[in-house]
Amino acid sequence: MKRLSRTALVAVTAVAALAALAAIALLMNIFERKQEAKNPFYRVVELTDDTEDPAIWGKNFPQQYDAYLKTVDQVRTRYGGSEAVPHTPTQADPRSVVAQSRLEEDPRLKTMWAGYAFAKDFREERGHAYMLDDQTFTERQQAAPQPGTCIHCHASVYVPYKKAGGGDLIKGFEVMNHMPYAEARKQVTHPVSCIDCHDPTTMQLRVTRPGFLEGIRALKASQGIPNYDPNVSATRQEMRAFVCGQCHVEYYFKGPEKRLVYPWAKGLKIENILDYYDEVGHKDWTHADTGADVLKAQHPEFEMWNQGIHARSGVACADCHMPYMRVGALKISDHHVRSPVLNINRACQTCHHWPEEELKARVEQIQDRVFELRNRSMDALVALIGDLKAARAAGKSDADLAEARKLQRRAQFMLDFVEAENSTGFHAPEEAERILAMSIDYARQGQLALRK
Amino acid sequence: MLRLLPIVAASTLGAAIALAGYTFLYARGWAYLTNDPRACANCHVMEQQYSGWLKGSHRAVAVCNDCHTPPGLVAKYLVKGENGFRHSFAFTTGRFPDEIHIVQRDLDVTERACRKCHEEIVTAIEGPHGESGRLSCVRCHRSVGHME
Repeated sequence: MKRLSRTALVAVTAVAALAALAAIALLMNIFERKQEAKNPFYRVVELTDDTEDPAIWGKNFPQQYDAYLKTVDQVRTRYGGSEAVPHTPTQADPRSVVAQSRLEEDPRLKTMWAGYAFAKDFREERGHAYMLDDQTFTERQQAAPQPGTCIHCHASVYVPYKKAGGGDLIKGFEVMNHMPYAEARKQVTHPVSCIDCHDPTTMQLRVTRPGFLEGIRALKASQGIPNYDPNVSATRQEMRAFVCGQCHVEYYFKGPEKRLVYPWAKGLKIENILDYYDEVGHKDWTHADTGADVLKAQHPEFEMWNQGIHARSGVACADCHMPYMRVGALKISDHHVRSPVLNINRACQTCHHWPEEELKARVEQIQDRVFELRNRSMDALVALIGDLKAARAAGKSDADLAEARKLQRRAQFMLDFVEAENSTGFHAPEEAERILAMSIDYARQGQLALRK
Repeated sequence: MLRLLPIVAASTLGAAIALAGYTFLYARGWAYLTNDPRACANCHVMEQQYSGWLKGSHRAVAVCNDCHTPPGLVAKYLVKGENGFRHSFAFTTGRFPDEIHIVQRDLDVTERACRKCHEEIVTAIEGPHGESGRLSCVRCHRSVGHME
């Protein structure tokens, strides 16, 4: 009896001790969550309008900074993302890892870009972390000397521009546009950084890149709104797209001063942009095979997204590419900018209440269709280029070829617009398909024009 | 030494009860026994759902418990207890999807809740003998409870 009660007492003690332990652990956990909810961040360093280094910002915002660093990840999606390909470092290109070559994946691109530096080296884009290195070391730098203008979107330029302009952002932009690339490269240190999109005192979103400030001003002026400044007039939700639109856009270098210009003075649609280029008489290069004055489309994500249902529903870039995430009791936007297909739960399921596999299948179905049309469009363009080349070799005059060359310029720009856009049509499926259908039509019309 | 055992056992037990009690108070545990919707956002995870409810059309006529627990005191506290345990376990361990999803069993509770008030119109839609089968109200009226 005595023995039994002793055992019972020991058991009670042990169980009670364990329960107390569990209660303490739970209490601490609840305490931590409450603390997190109370303090969205601790300020441990002072940030100013000259704090360029993201690591310093990261001391105040470690969660955001950690996620930002993750843009080094190389992950494939069906049509996008990048694959890590080993590269033997050389004097000119010390990178040991690069992304897969798009030119090898689809040699028709070389025909499209014949005579242009892109036909020499064009790889799948990697994450933000690589933007500066990948531009510094691309073979395009050797194929043709690039201007300092390029740095506008491949580095954190806000502080360097201000320095170069003696405190004046726009003046610094002009000064650095003038420099050869190698010289401009020396003025910058970091890839896109915190200060490019955030005000250092309020953390509010802020547009800092002159190209976008001028581009959106021209666009709004065409809509009857003079002197538009996004930093004054844009809503918070608009800014969640505008900060990305600072770079993910179509552009060209204007005149001998190589000023970066976003061709939006007539609107954001493909026809508006082509009309604008025709009016100012811009060409990016003369096609080596056909002699046509052709254009290179860049990465018009902002323009394409603007034509789609997500933009129309008020969904900004950051909603899908930097969705809100929970860290303990905090809610922050995910600074690991990446494909939403790699993050379907947070990126899509906030609004679309379907299983992940279903949502992924929908995205890929759209992309499969666009990609099929893109391939047909590519075949049509290559056929036109072949016919033009043959007609030229047969001694046809420039006047005979003028109509077909004009059609090549249009067909090629339209195809490239969808090809260079980084969503394989997803940002605006119907618009991407409409553009490709027009491209095919122009290419075939070009072939017909040669038979006249 | 052995004579101390009852004292050790009693004080450990007392400490455990005190700690559990304090944890319960500190975590506002009693709030879970009320119908106050703010209790559901106690652990921060359901802030989004709570602020969605504040903007939803049902905020004036229904609180969380009206749609997410079944009628009847015993059934209500069974569901509350099961949900409470599952949620706090998931949130404490951090093992749950970021965009939280309602589980089928709780969705059934909610579907029945719609019919508590809207039985007539639902019967008219489904047909008096259930000709169209069992329809899901929130499949279309997703935002009545929580504005999206």
